[in-house]
Amino acid sequence: MPVKVSMTVNGKPVTVDVESRTLLVELIREHLRLTGTHIGCDTAQCGACTVHINGAAVKSCNMLAVQAQGANVTTIEGIAKADGTLHPMQEAFREHHGLQCGFCTPGMVMSAIDLARRHADLTEATIRAELDGNICRCTGYHNIVKAVQAGAKATRSA
Amino acid sequence: MYQFNYHKVTSVADAATLLAKNPDAKALAGGQTIIAAMKLRLASPPDLVDLSGIKELGGIKLDGGTLTIGAMTRHAEVAASKDVLQAIPALASLAASIGDRMVRNMGTIGGSIANNDPAADYPAGVVGLGATVNTNKRKIAGDSFFTGMYETALEPGELITSVVFPVPKRAAYAKFKNPASRYAMVGVFVSEGAGGVRVAVTGAAPSVFRVPAMEKALAAKFSPDAIAGITVPADGLNSDLHASNEYRAHLVTVMAKRAVEAVLGSK
Repeated sequence: MPVKVSMTVNGKPVTVDVESRTLLVELIREHLRLTGTHIGCDTAQCGACTVHINGAAVKSCNMLAVQAQGANVTTIEGIAKADGTLHPMQEAFREHHGLQCGFCTPGMVMSAIDLARRHADLTEATIRAELDGNICRCTGYHNIVKAVQAGAKATRSA
Repeated sequence: MYQFNYHKVTSVADAATLLAKNPDAKALAGGQTIIAAMKLRLASPPDLVDLSGIKELGGIKLDGGTLTIGAMTRHAEVAASKDVLQAIPALASLAASIGDRMVRNMGTIGGSIANNDPAADYPAGVVGLGATVNTNKRKIAGDSFFTGMYETALEPGELITSVVFPVPKRAAYAKFKNPASRYAMVGVFVSEGAGGVRVAVTGAAPSVFRVPAMEKALAAKFSPDAIAGITVPADGLNSDLHASNEYRAHLVTVMAKRAVEAVLGSK
């Protein structure tokens, strides 16, 4: 059954004909060609597909595109400034080498931005606990935690 | 996943009509279980009825001695709600312990209890607090709502509208998480309120259950020592690659003691 869905993605209105079973991540990657959002496990465990729906982090592989009807969706492509200046959280991941192979990074960054928004004071323990929905197969968590801490601080003072 | 018909409704009445007309149809709340199940083709409902457009199913209301949570309220909302934190902080912390942040931003209380996964957290909160499940047809006591593994008292076309929790004097939830899935291997909810002491266990058996011997012992003396010698039989408990039934039986006493300790430490 084809369904028409409309939403705002990275500030731009989009309307797409999808199947009712089309996942949000499929709409993002295959229809909109925004391939920064990754499919890792495809079973809602690894968090590589994390995007924001109205500012809240969700797993786009575990959600139907039709569930995002009317929503404001932000993907990893939508957080840097138009001139290419990285978001403070992206900059912190670069600065602290918060990645190894980089596959989990888009999801990590999107979760970290949601995390920084909700906590005034981010301790290492809080970051480790709150990132439990994002898995880094390279197990490079140490630098990721440092990056999130620095990125949260930079986001607040930005 | 297999193809299905998607229906978005804006009223409980419309949802109930569709669900009653299509006996194999499923309600879609946050979708954090059913979408994963449909992707794996463990579930293939021909129709999905999306409840997210029904405004009357949202919201949290604290009214004197009762806390009412709308069926479509997300776990993250319950965890952060000032009313829940003030009235039943144990319920807020239960909600905060479900899955991970992204799951909590989507998953709902109504979806969780309607699914009645043997290892879900909310059934322990509903039974452990003596809550009432309101549907479009009736009020169901929490004690008789959960009828078996993935089974509830809900009838075809019956939809949860809200869950009403009596505010207890004190309560706590202690959960031994599966480190990968964050589901409860064993979770024990203990409360003391107007209805006496309640001890509800999730994760251990096919469905949530109370431990009357512990409730009686705690009513006489509210301390971890009072239940240290009380065990539940391992027969009939869940046994899988994560834990044997004997292990889970042992965990029930351990987690119940920890819940009592947490209750005593909280106020």
